[in-house]
Amino acid sequence: MSWTCSNYLCLSSSSSSSLIDSHELTLFNRCKLSSEYKELRRKDHDSLRPINTCAYLGLKPPTHKLDKGQRKKDCVLNKPKNICAYYSLRPPSYKFDALEPYMSQRTLEVHWGEHHRGYVESLNKYLEKDDILYGYTMDELIKVTYNNGNPLPEFNVAAQVWNHDFFWESMQPGGGNSPTLGLLRQIEKDFGSFSDFREEFIENALTLFGSGWVWLVLKRNEKRLAVVQTTNAITPLVWDDIPLLSLDMWEHSYYLDYKNNKAQYANVFMDHLVSWNMALARIAYAQSFVNLGEPKIPVA
Amino acid sequence: MALRTLVSGKTLGALSRFQQQIRGLQTFTLPDLAYDYGALEPAISGEIMQLHHQKHHQTYITNYNKALEQLDDAIAKGDASTAVKLQSAIKFNGGGHVNHSIFWKNLAPTHEGGGEPPHGSLGWAIDQHFGSMEKLIAKMNTEGAAVQGSGWVWLAVDKELKRLVIETTANQDPLVTKGASLVPLIGIDVWEHAYYLQYKNVRPDYLKNIWKVINWKYASEVYKKECP
Repeated sequence: MSWTCSNYLCLSSSSSSSLIDSHELTLFNRCKLSSEYKELRRKDHDSLRPINTCAYLGLKPPTHKLDKGQRKKDCVLNKPKNICAYYSLRPPSYKFDALEPYMSQRTLEVHWGEHHRGYVESLNKYLEKDDILYGYTMDELIKVTYNNGNPLPEFNVAAQVWNHDFFWESMQPGGGNSPTLGLLRQIEKDFGSFSDFREEFIENALTLFGSGWVWLVLKRNEKRLAVVQTTNAITPLVWDDIPLLSLDMWEHSYYLDYKNNKAQYANVFMDHLVSWNMALARIAYAQSFVNLGEPKIPVA
Repeated sequence: MALRTLVSGKTLGALSRFQQQIRGLQTFTLPDLAYDYGALEPAISGEIMQLHHQKHHQTYITNYNKALEQLDDAIAKGDASTAVKLQSAIKFNGGGHVNHSIFWKNLAPTHEGGGEPPHGSLGWAIDQHFGSMEKLIAKMNTEGAAVQGSGWVWLAVDKELKRLVIETTANQDPLVTKGASLVPLIGIDVWEHAYYLQYKNVRPDYLKNIWKVINWKYASEVYKKECP
């Protein structure tokens, strides 16, 4: 079982998943990171690198934003200069052939192994060069580089790294069917019925022009679920909404399996790949941040 | 003569086309390629060419015709909001049709002159503006590889300023959205569907190889027309 670190209640279908809290980046993890990236050491780097990198997660609210000077002052421990922390490529929690025949092993190999890996490496290259952006958590990095609609070049890679991690988690072998419990109730409340939601989701997938993503989000301000389309690398995080599921509508995601048949891809995703367990866990977590309704307090 | 197994875009039902012609609405059909699907190998595989032409381009044309029909209805009824709402579909599908029609003319098999650099006024203009053909290719490849998501990279001539420019457009936006006086000479499709089956995610390789089948003759003709 590959090493994962996640704040989510990760109900993955494979065997034991080790849940490591984001703040507990242990010595073991740090050594693993530093040994992986030994050759990327900075030579004249003089301040401590904060150790909060490999723990990027979707739902943490933004922490207090320290400016660059403050960050450096806070980190007073003397760390050896040859340990740097970088983002690493997290594999999906299932084997590459686990999603056959709906998403082929070849697609996962190329999509994860080349596209996703390429994004992670580009991100690390950017962070190596740029002192100002280093030190943010992933969520903050995405929001900061989005720059309120005028994205910096790092935005695309950072957001795509996050998006793809989210996408792998949004799928599971033996997925599909329909949501249960509170998520189903919420979907029925906000869309009318599950099939209405499914139709809207697929329609959004098919009417997307160009490359982008389709999301099921929980809108923070409106306190309701919605289906959202975004282009290229944009994610609902930039609007402070909480994504529950995503579908990658970039052509690289389905071209090898379905060529230009987007409709089949979207339907197969909904029928066989989508992980409602994950969405349920996420909405449960999200309820710590968004009040979805009055609790049913019995009247005496 | 090369055997073309193309079932051209006469998939639009004859009846609906008849109706449209009665209304005076021009419909669009899939233009034929001047070469076989497999003629551009090994730069672009025959499978990609066939899918690209028969599926993607055809879809743009079908949806474009549909959008135009709906627009026609909306205008006839005086429905302004629908007319405006259809604009994005028209820009996307119509742009797709326009761009791909240019793209097919931009390509030619090597034995028919594909890849042969331009002589005459276009060749001279390239040397003047960019220094050399290699520099032009390098610049276009850099711009093409940098396009985020889907789009096109163009070599165009600004017909007012009589200057060559390199531009990129997003999605299927036609080149005129970047400048009303821009006339496309060479357009390279950097949507993933244009190269994915063969090159996977290595877009730079695709861009490097496509120059071997670029039809400079067409580009020269267009250039001579705009800048005599």
